[in-house]
Amino acid sequence: MAARLWRGEDPTFPCRGQGSATPPALVLHRPPNPGSPTPSSRRTFASFPTTKTYFPHFDLSPGSAQVKAHGKKVADALTTAAGHLDDLPGALSALSDLHAHKLRVDPVNFKFLSHCLLVTLASHHPAEFTPAVHASLDKFFSAVSTVLTSKYR
Amino acid sequence: MVHFSPEEKAAVTSLWGKVNVEEAGGEALGRLLVVYPWTQRFFDNFGNLSSASAIMGNPKVKAHGKKVLTSFGEAIKNMDNLKGTFAKLSELHCDKLHVDPENFRLLGNVLVIILASHFGKEFTPDVQAAWQKLVAGVATALAHKYH
Repeated sequence: MAARLWRGEDPTFPCRGQGSATPPALVLHRPPNPGSPTPSSRRTFASFPTTKTYFPHFDLSPGSAQVKAHGKKVADALTTAAGHLDDLPGALSALSDLHAHKLRVDPVNFKFLSHCLLVTLASHHPAEFTPAVHASLDKFFSAVSTVLTSKYR
Repeated sequence: MVHFSPEEKAAVTSLWGKVNVEEAGGEALGRLLVVYPWTQRFFDNFGNLSSASAIMGNPKVKAHGKKVLTSFGEAIKNMDNLKGTFAKLSELHCDKLHVDPENFRLLGNVLVIILASHFGKEFTPDVQAAWQKLVAGVATALAHKYH
């Protein structure tokens, strides 16, 4: 059901039949405009400074190549996850191990990043960011976060 | 006590001046009910909440959203005394409405997302950070009198 939702095919879900409703996957896959490249990472570090404690080894100044590269890694992983909605634990198993045993990022931080991803998407694609798409994306980020913290204990 | 710098206050008030409180209030409350359906528990008497379009078009949702956001406007006029400003409302939400304060955090974040969709590029990371501080301060102030 989640996969059908993602592709905009679910007959019971409100976003179907709303004419030009864009399935959530397309919103995520479309690259941000070259003129407005502000990544979610910058928003996360600015609004939730405690998240910076996980990157003492990074240059966190604006325009940092390290932050950009890391942001791309995260975005690529989310794109992979979006293609495996019916088996997130399987698709994210290695990343789940990594977060549990090596990175050990406190679970609260997944909420901060998820929120800033939503803010970034809303600001770049306001017309497509309908309430139904907003709901699907929030649910998706929440499901990914749950999987990534599932092996913590 | 939350302290806002002059820049943070400016970031908040300049954007607020351009917000249509009636529309934004309805949108914020509507999206809260769509994205987090369990929040509908407080609104049994609101009529049709059966789909996203029903919720977003529901006149009671719009009216109540406007009321909530108008009250938020008071916060912006009193950013140096959020706890005092919301003391009575805090008691009301605890004693009469029985609302879990987590809902204030959820609504605050939905409001931030709506501002992002309305203002796009203008809603920079620094502007967002000022608003996150404000919505967190409002949520804390509304929870302050809980017992």
